[in-house]
Amino acid sequence: MSWINLTALWKIVVFGLIAGAGLTAIFAGGLYSLSLGPRTVHASADGSTSESDVLVGGNVLGMVGAAIAFLIVLAAIGWGIYEVYQIGHPAVKH
Amino acid sequence: MSNDTVLVLVVITALAFDFTNGFHDTGNAMATSIATGALGPRTAVAISGVLNFVGAFLSLAVAATIASGLVDTTVVTLTVVAAGLAGGITWNLVTWLLGIPSSSSHALIGGVIGSTIAASGGSAVLWHGLVSKVVLPAVLSPIIAALVAATGTWLLYRISRSMTTAARGHGFRIGQIGSACMVSLAHGTNDAQKTMGVITLALIVNKTIATGSNAPIWVIVCCALAISAGTYLGGWRVIRTLGKGLVEIEAPQGMAAESASAAVILLSSSFGYSLSTTHVATGSIIGTGLGKKGAEVRWNVAGRMATAWVFTLPAAGLVGAGAEALAHGIGGTWGVVIDLIILVALSGFIYYRSRGSKVDPNNVNAEWTGSVAPAEAPVETAAA
Repeated sequence: MSWINLTALWKIVVFGLIAGAGLTAIFAGGLYSLSLGPRTVHASADGSTSESDVLVGGNVLGMVGAAIAFLIVLAAIGWGIYEVYQIGHPAVKH
Repeated sequence: MSNDTVLVLVVITALAFDFTNGFHDTGNAMATSIATGALGPRTAVAISGVLNFVGAFLSLAVAATIASGLVDTTVVTLTVVAAGLAGGITWNLVTWLLGIPSSSSHALIGGVIGSTIAASGGSAVLWHGLVSKVVLPAVLSPIIAALVAATGTWLLYRISRSMTTAARGHGFRIGQIGSACMVSLAHGTNDAQKTMGVITLALIVNKTIATGSNAPIWVIVCCALAISAGTYLGGWRVIRTLGKGLVEIEAPQGMAAESASAAVILLSSSFGYSLSTTHVATGSIIGTGLGKKGAEVRWNVAGRMATAWVFTLPAAGLVGAGAEALAHGIGGTWGVVIDLIILVALSGFIYYRSRGSKVDPNNVNAEWTGSVAPAEAPVETAAA
């Protein structure tokens, strides 16, 4: 019996980075892609310097890219929850 | 001597522990969302409560580990379980009063181990299991979480650097809500299980169900209800320390922290480590302070937490051992009853003390001035 399970450890680190940091990065990429376009460029309406917090920039390619990014994130979360359910209920595993 | 009376008392005490577990840990999921204003304080605890309830049904893996992996179940009695729970609840309440996010899991495990040692000596504890399944993960998990959160934070700021600050805040607040929900779900799958494990252990000890049985459905439902009710109550003192005390958090950092926590908790539980969601969440929040240029981590607050973590197992263990010794000295049902009367009195006292420096949804986000309770005059910071 070993004190530390190195296999589990490196898996938690690597998959933790992929799911914990990688997925958020894809989400960030989606946000960036969504913000591309003309609408967010000119923010000064009446001379005030307040920034616009509009998310949708209006660039069609940007919006498609954003949709793909958000879908990847949602799919990954759904798959993750399914995996947790499978592992947590060994008796009903098909 | 009615064993069933003791069993009922143990189940009630276990559910009370689950309740303290809920409000002690609300902050792990929701502190950063409340701090950045992504969610209103009351909305946040309501969502977290519901998701904890759902999460409790999602996985039953951790319950089994708690029931059999740490102590020799053949020498455990109902009194030992009750005394252990008393130790866990006491530590949870004291740390809550001080606003320290310490691990509810360690409080529970420490209490049960302490009462087991008092009852049957050190040989009844599975030390190898304790070190490899509890102590080492407790040391490693915050470091891993911090690494993931720091990487995520750096990536988020890098990718979104050309967006306006306002748009970035808006977008990441949405993402933050999603990731905080995942942490609430993970908390239900992890922490609700620990109480299920203890009640299952009590049922096995009492021969109500056979050795090796899974948690009966009524146990699962009761535990899910207890933890989500506790979560909904909201541990505002702990939320405040996590959300305002450690690091001043912006929305991208909040999202990075919560995502890191959710990933590490869910991955680790699938490997059978019943680790502390508190340790992971704290590691993540510190990591997100390290990953952003110019952000400041208040190391004195972090140091205070780490100190509490070191003391959690032995302190809860001492209370558990004391409770066991007292119950054993008195003997029988009355021993357990006296233990629980003392526990209720102590809880009432701690609650009374907390009224003197109240933290609630109205002042949870007040400027951090070095203490859990905000300065007297409630600063109206009307969350943006």
